[in-house]
Amino acid sequence: MAQKLNTLQIATKPEFTDSAANAVKKDFSERGVQTKNVRSARLIKFDFGLSEDELLKLEKELTDPVTEFSSANDQINPGDFDFVIEVSKKPGVADPQGRTAKEIAETILNGETPEGKAYTSTQYFVAGGTNEDLQRAAVAMLANPLIEDVSVYDYRTWNRKTGLQTIPKVVNDARIKIGYVDLGVDDDSLIGISTKGELALNLREMRGIGAEYRKAEFAEERKLFGLDPNPTDVELEALAQTWSEHCKHKIFNGLVNYVDNETGERFVVDSLFKTFIKGSTEELAKTDKWKDVLVSIFKDNAGIVKFNDKWNMLMKVETHNSPSAKDPYGGALTGVNGCHRDIMGAGIGAELLASTDVLCFGNPDYNGYLPSKMLHPDRVRKGVFKGIEHAGNKTGVPTVNGSVFFHDSFLGKPLVFCGSVGMIPAEISGRKTEEKVIEPGHLAVMVGGRVGKDGVHGATFSSGTLRETSPSSAVQIGDPIVQKRAYDFLIKARNLGLIDAITDNGAGGLSSSIGELAQISGGCEIYLDKVPLKYDGMQPWEILISESQERMSAAIRPDKLDEFLELSKKYRVESSIVGKFTNSGKFHATYGDNFVAHLDMEFLHNGVPRMELEAEWQRITHNDDPLITDDYDLTSELTRILARPNIASKEKLVRKFDHEVQGGSAGKPFTGAKNDGPADAAVLRPFLDSDEGIILSHGINPLYGQIDTYHMTANAIDEAIRSVIAVGGDMERIVFNDNFCWPSPLEDKHKMAQLVRANMALHDYCIEYETPCISGKDSMTIDTDYTDQNGNKARISGLPTVLMSAMARMDDVKSYVSMDSKAAGDFVYVLGVTKDEMGGSEFYDMHGAIGDTVPIVDAKSAKNLYKSVSDATKKGLIASIHDVSQGGLGVALAETAFAGGYGMDVNLSRLRAQGVDRNYKALFSESASRFVVTIDPTKADEFEKTLGNNPYARVGYVSSKDAFYIRGLDGHVAIAASIYELKDSWQSRFGWN
Amino acid sequence: MKPNALIITGNGLNTEKEIDYSLRTAGAQTKIATIYELLDNDVNLKDYHMLALCGGFSDGDDLGAGVATAKRLGKLDDELREFYRRDTLIYDVCNGFQIAVKLGAFDDENSQRDVTLTNNDAGFFYNGWVHLKVDPNSKCVFTRGLDNLYLPVRHGEGKFVGANDEAIERLRRNGQVVMRYVDDRGNVATRFPDNPNGSIDGIAGICDKTGRIFGTMPHFEAFNHMTNHPQYTRLKRHFGRAADELEPDGIKLFRNMVGYFS
Repeated sequence: MAQKLNTLQIATKPEFTDSAANAVKKDFSERGVQTKNVRSARLIKFDFGLSEDELLKLEKELTDPVTEFSSANDQINPGDFDFVIEVSKKPGVADPQGRTAKEIAETILNGETPEGKAYTSTQYFVAGGTNEDLQRAAVAMLANPLIEDVSVYDYRTWNRKTGLQTIPKVVNDARIKIGYVDLGVDDDSLIGISTKGELALNLREMRGIGAEYRKAEFAEERKLFGLDPNPTDVELEALAQTWSEHCKHKIFNGLVNYVDNETGERFVVDSLFKTFIKGSTEELAKTDKWKDVLVSIFKDNAGIVKFNDKWNMLMKVETHNSPSAKDPYGGALTGVNGCHRDIMGAGIGAELLASTDVLCFGNPDYNGYLPSKMLHPDRVRKGVFKGIEHAGNKTGVPTVNGSVFFHDSFLGKPLVFCGSVGMIPAEISGRKTEEKVIEPGHLAVMVGGRVGKDGVHGATFSSGTLRETSPSSAVQIGDPIVQKRAYDFLIKARNLGLIDAITDNGAGGLSSSIGELAQISGGCEIYLDKVPLKYDGMQPWEILISESQERMSAAIRPDKLDEFLELSKKYRVESSIVGKFTNSGKFHATYGDNFVAHLDMEFLHNGVPRMELEAEWQRITHNDDPLITDDYDLTSELTRILARPNIASKEKLVRKFDHEVQGGSAGKPFTGAKNDGPADAAVLRPFLDSDEGIILSHGINPLYGQIDTYHMTANAIDEAIRSVIAVGGDMERIVFNDNFCWPSPLEDKHKMAQLVRANMALHDYCIEYETPCISGKDSMTIDTDYTDQNGNKARISGLPTVLMSAMARMDDVKSYVSMDSKAAGDFVYVLGVTKDEMGGSEFYDMHGAIGDTVPIVDAKSAKNLYKSVSDATKKGLIASIHDVSQGGLGVALAETAFAGGYGMDVNLSRLRAQGVDRNYKALFSESASRFVVTIDPTKADEFEKTLGNNPYARVGYVSSKDAFYIRGLDGHVAIAASIYELKDSWQSRFGWN
Repeated sequence: MKPNALIITGNGLNTEKEIDYSLRTAGAQTKIATIYELLDNDVNLKDYHMLALCGGFSDGDDLGAGVATAKRLGKLDDELREFYRRDTLIYDVCNGFQIAVKLGAFDDENSQRDVTLTNNDAGFFYNGWVHLKVDPNSKCVFTRGLDNLYLPVRHGEGKFVGANDEAIERLRRNGQVVMRYVDDRGNVATRFPDNPNGSIDGIAGICDKTGRIFGTMPHFEAFNHMTNHPQYTRLKRHFGRAADELEPDGIKLFRNMVGYFS
């Protein structure tokens, strides 16, 4: 019989606020379950021997004498309650608190490491409610059934002592076995093998693998390593990971036959990526402007460009959509920390400077049908925000820029874009840091976390459509502090010259990380039995492809190994030799004395058959322009649009992110008289000893793509650039990360054509603006299949979405400007031309329409305007400047006014406009390349001189009162409101919870 | 000669970069070391005049902010006491403050801990700037000559509470209350977000009886440059380039620290 557990229970004294319990009471009440009182307790269960004295010592250490009380090996008595709800983790799920509890126990036991683990769970004591209601509410609000168990007990009859005796221990006595898979079967069986094994390989790919294994010389070769002619499960899994859409981007690298029914044009695109994305960057790389600046592009985990003579800057934006759909908290957390590892795994390892997050969810007040296993968008949103908070705050990386877009097409899969920005010294002891060097004999060392079943099949899972039966092991749970320790250690090791190459363990686990590094030396051997595991009983193939978090793979020269491992020990980080790099041309994996994988490196990395795709463009005309009858009572329209989820203030959501750690925060997410106006971009001072800066911004608007993805992408590029300009940046050094999230274009020519058009725009506008893409990522299946109310199969697909994230160097952070009006009497200008471009606007969306006249970006004239605006900010002529985007001028003017705490008087008849015949169009059209600017009257002449021939108009002034007046095209008042009233409607949409 | 400062980070602590810059700007010589280096005696407290315990998330705040790291540092009790006896200064910020409280740096006369930092009343982590007023009766050597301050807070467990009224009264009596959250009229703030966590009596920072250990939730090191100020662009509109010549509130504090040794 197993030994008895040692338990500690700790609760907040009744006289102190129990925030966790209060939040639960509130959550329950929102679910319609009213309770009289809720209190909570933390439970720690030690599954190892402790003397009574040791347990009491631990109790003392872990209980706050002021605010808490506790109980050892007995149920705590918090008072009179009706029910106990216990929320515990499922077996194998990461338990950071349990890990810490064990580490504390070790200090009590004088550093001795006990055999078992410590497990933590939470208890809620509830007065009121019924067992059934609580069960329902607890499952809905307190726990994610994929990773947590919930039990509700009757408080009075619950057996107090035995109730503490359950733990989610992994019991796994599966015997290690290597399976062989026979691919000499018919096509249906091949597809069956792929589907059943969650390999996400299509028929052509399965056939390709089969053909490789039928080669006689290959079979001969395999014999030498003791392997049968058929592939082992380890090999098949390695191929599936390496060939997954997630890792190989087969759609972006495929051949596309494009037909444009509008123009009659047809052409073949030989890889969208090479033609448009890499193509435009390579073209720019030849120019004087960029030739010495682009350091490492598209070949590493993050793009690397020159920041100054000593430092290079890096950027990468990842997506973590599928995991976030299943477990919003864990998905977002591991998304952010995973993207951090892209920076940590670039070159020989870079420092983290900041994170960004752009999110797309279903509407927060969605009240339609929700299929089973699909979470309500508000719950998804809350979980994702919590995950981002923990991932950034706990690792000391400020979260500085982002946005949230709501649309019901994202009900199935939310889009979770996680961006990371970093810095790396250009050279360390005379060696270029962007170059990974691996020679045969270099050791493969895994650093950080251990391997468990979490995240097995992540890469193939995210490459497919989400089904209601997707494996729960595809959820990854993070422990940010383990990664932070590894990070501190790796930067130190890098600076000491101990690391020759490094990469992260993300999609595909060791199979991808070591497999990809092995391309440098020309082969590898992975010792699967040497990989440290979270628990026993994992099969070799699972060890190879597990996506357990917080792991890096480094290449270490044998003579540096001791120093590396010693330093690792000092930083309390686990590092293990898990393989060796070779030049055998083979990908080898062993388990004990046996070979379990023997693959040709060339076949593994380049053997995937090329996709051929069909694209046919047929414009969809909506013809649904709404009839706006009253053009003079637009106050209510403005008030309403300000309260729309896409426009409304997200301050109460975002202030939970630490945006100032590292000490270089200049342009913050919120700005203005009360620090609550919406900033256009983030400005950072990366090196505190210098006034050089970095600007981070982005552009996104999936609504435009409903009309034309070409212009959607052009607008995203323009928005990101004008946001850089709007905080005092210039056009000199702006680089992009592109993200494409698409509903599957495989069997849909229209969606494929939309993808081609988006890529064409990326190419055209990046060239015109001279802004190269340096890194990117695509996610090609933002679809979810489900069964509807009537039992019919249905699919929900997210809108095609392009996110352009910009990073720009700024010469002097002191030229930062913000969007809030600054002084009464300042002149108000609108820069740029306002056109009748209502298509895809937030205003139309509010009226249930899409429209057809999507904003068209005139990059040539925009570029001239941006140059002049930069000159003006550098000369210190601009008091405030705000980018005009979603919601048009109406929203931008209102935000400028209420963020500054001053009124405004503006006359629309003075606007530089084209074809604008109605006030609502002037106010809510979303024409690109425009700004609202306020100027100190004494500087107005010089400002206008600086603008020269660019389109601009002085449209009014900042007033000392709180009145916001907009006079229409004919001079009559169209909007009259108080700035406080407008601000209130903008601010009250989202609360703190 | 410049006084030496040791900045302790690692294991989830993370504000070493800005504390280092602030102390150097104020005239100190600095060394950043991890808590492991300190525990393994790779650095020796004897070589330093000042110690800074960084903010962050040591041990991920698992099991309570600062609890686990205080336990780890407990091993160095003798060395820390010896360091303190030498007329040195200790700056404990945010998570560093939480660790110091849990290490017993602010215990009562009988070495009993009767104060703590606990979950914010609002129930969540909050990052925003707060107005502070230094208590004129404070013995704190760090805040000498300072009066009104504007600084950021970034924490989820910053509510300062005593076991009873007497605990708070003792601190007031001994001049250990250093500064309080205030509203825009300068009155002690009781409500979120002016008082971001619900601290009793608006207490944002305290010192030990000698005034040489300072624990603060607001981050002085995060206001190390005028562009950190959230209203920098507004100051610029009204004062022009002169706005860049102002001294950030954070740096003023570190100057006091360095000045203590001159």
